[in-house]
Amino acid sequence: MTIKEKQQEVIEEFSAFDDWMDKYSLLIELGNELDSFDEANRQQQNLIEGCQSKVWLHAEMNDGKIEIQGDSDAIIVKGIVALLLRVLSGHTPDEILDSDLFFIDEIGLKEHLSPTRSNGLVAMVRQIKAYALAFKARQNK
Amino acid sequence: MAFDIRKIRDDFPILHQDVNGKPLVYLDNAATTQKPLQVIDAEAAVYKTINSNIHRGVHHLSNVCTEAFEEVRKKTADYINAESSDEVIFTRGTTESVNLLSSSFGETFLKEGDEIILTEMEHHSNIVPWQLLAQRRGVTVKVVPVTDAGELDMQGFSELLNEKTSLVAVTHISNVLGTINPVEEIIALSHTAGVPVMIDGAQAIHHVLVDVQKLDCDFYAFSGHKMYAPTGVGVLYGKRKWLQQMNPYQGGGEMIDKVSFSGTTFNDLPYKFEAGTPNYAGVIGLGAAIDYLRNIGLEDVWAYEHELFEYALKQMSAVPGIRFVGQARHHTSVISFLLGDAHPFDVGTLLDKLGFALRTGHHCAQPLMDRFRISGTVRASFAFYNTREEVDNLVEALKRVAMMLG
Repeated sequence: MTIKEKQQEVIEEFSAFDDWMDKYSLLIELGNELDSFDEANRQQQNLIEGCQSKVWLHAEMNDGKIEIQGDSDAIIVKGIVALLLRVLSGHTPDEILDSDLFFIDEIGLKEHLSPTRSNGLVAMVRQIKAYALAFKARQNK
Repeated sequence: MAFDIRKIRDDFPILHQDVNGKPLVYLDNAATTQKPLQVIDAEAAVYKTINSNIHRGVHHLSNVCTEAFEEVRKKTADYINAESSDEVIFTRGTTESVNLLSSSFGETFLKEGDEIILTEMEHHSNIVPWQLLAQRRGVTVKVVPVTDAGELDMQGFSELLNEKTSLVAVTHISNVLGTINPVEEIIALSHTAGVPVMIDGAQAIHHVLVDVQKLDCDFYAFSGHKMYAPTGVGVLYGKRKWLQQMNPYQGGGEMIDKVSFSGTTFNDLPYKFEAGTPNYAGVIGLGAAIDYLRNIGLEDVWAYEHELFEYALKQMSAVPGIRFVGQARHHTSVISFLLGDAHPFDVGTLLDKLGFALRTGHHCAQPLMDRFRISGTVRASFAFYNTREEVDNLVEALKRVAMMLG
């Protein structure tokens, strides 16, 4: 599936709920189900520290595709991390760099996109794109 | 009930709205308070009727506007019982008041090796300006510890006070825990040692009657926006004997006596510390807020808020897994808590979706969070326009959130 198709799938899942609490219940569930984070990767360089919550993102390159692991100390943020990874992990650096993430807005989580918002979703996306750029540079060497 | 809650709520238009499809319950009053129509109208009236730059003009509007502005200086002096209105300096808020003091007092009086005493429960606004000064002047910051109950360790304070101490800067009331500190005792002990004291009154000015002469504090800082006044206006009260000796803070118009390139002389108090065009519309709004608070009566506000606090504490205790942070004997209507192992961000986000505005995180008091070995809390802070019904709804919401995050 392309990044775009994955986003459409997420949007469809969330469209089943019109109540905020149901949407957040789903986010919490996704957060709880996220693959456990490899403790060896819980390092300073993988940490994105927001004002309130912490996010760890670790990326590896396998067969030309970027595999991303993530975690957060806040469960809702972890749910958002899970969505991001579902959409972006397993794609090539170019696919990630060219991606337009419209699903966050569509499922009503736009407020988490504001640059001052404490969970730093913007910083997460920026970090994943930075990983993609770094891997691409390495590939082209 | 000493006052009519329904009538009071009608004074605050912002309270009557839905948020995320639910009626707004505003419990973030320690961050900022909402404004009554009387304040909103007073500030708007400035722009509609008398707007003109103050202190300079010879024309009618300027005179009227200046008079209205200076009237509030007198009113503010009277409200905190300052000896003279010259001791009331208008600033942008508590943060600027502390920066003014650290800069002007620091540059005038402090020398290398001197010590400043702060406490572990200070807001960053009463820490960082002193750290910056410490870097500039080679002075040392000493910190009074906080006990498990969230009170100041007064024994620890006495031990820190010595001949090198040049200033004590302490918060009247903790913004995180609501603890009311024994500022009278701190001031008396400091003065016995010949040390001046600044009180950060940001969390106190709208809860308790402040009498700066009775307290005998040397400086008292507070913000308008936390006392139902417009944002962008604050006060630094200072005893004249200090203010007169202190160097100016910022340079510009209004603060000068005569400017020439061979040397500039400065204006008298309080103008020496008020460079540039002040936020006169905000100041006039502050005057309206003082009138409003006087009209309801701060004693009645205190009684109402305390009763509401006691009720909330009792009701909230029934929420599964709730843990209160800080149990000071003397406190205002602030409740900091955690829900089991849930991250405060998660609790705050879900409460927001249910219409509740609470604050989560470290509340700009990271040293205090470190002290309690937590990353943050959820904070409910009550004002006199909050109701028991809102508390009941909060408790129901908390039970639901606890279940979702449990």
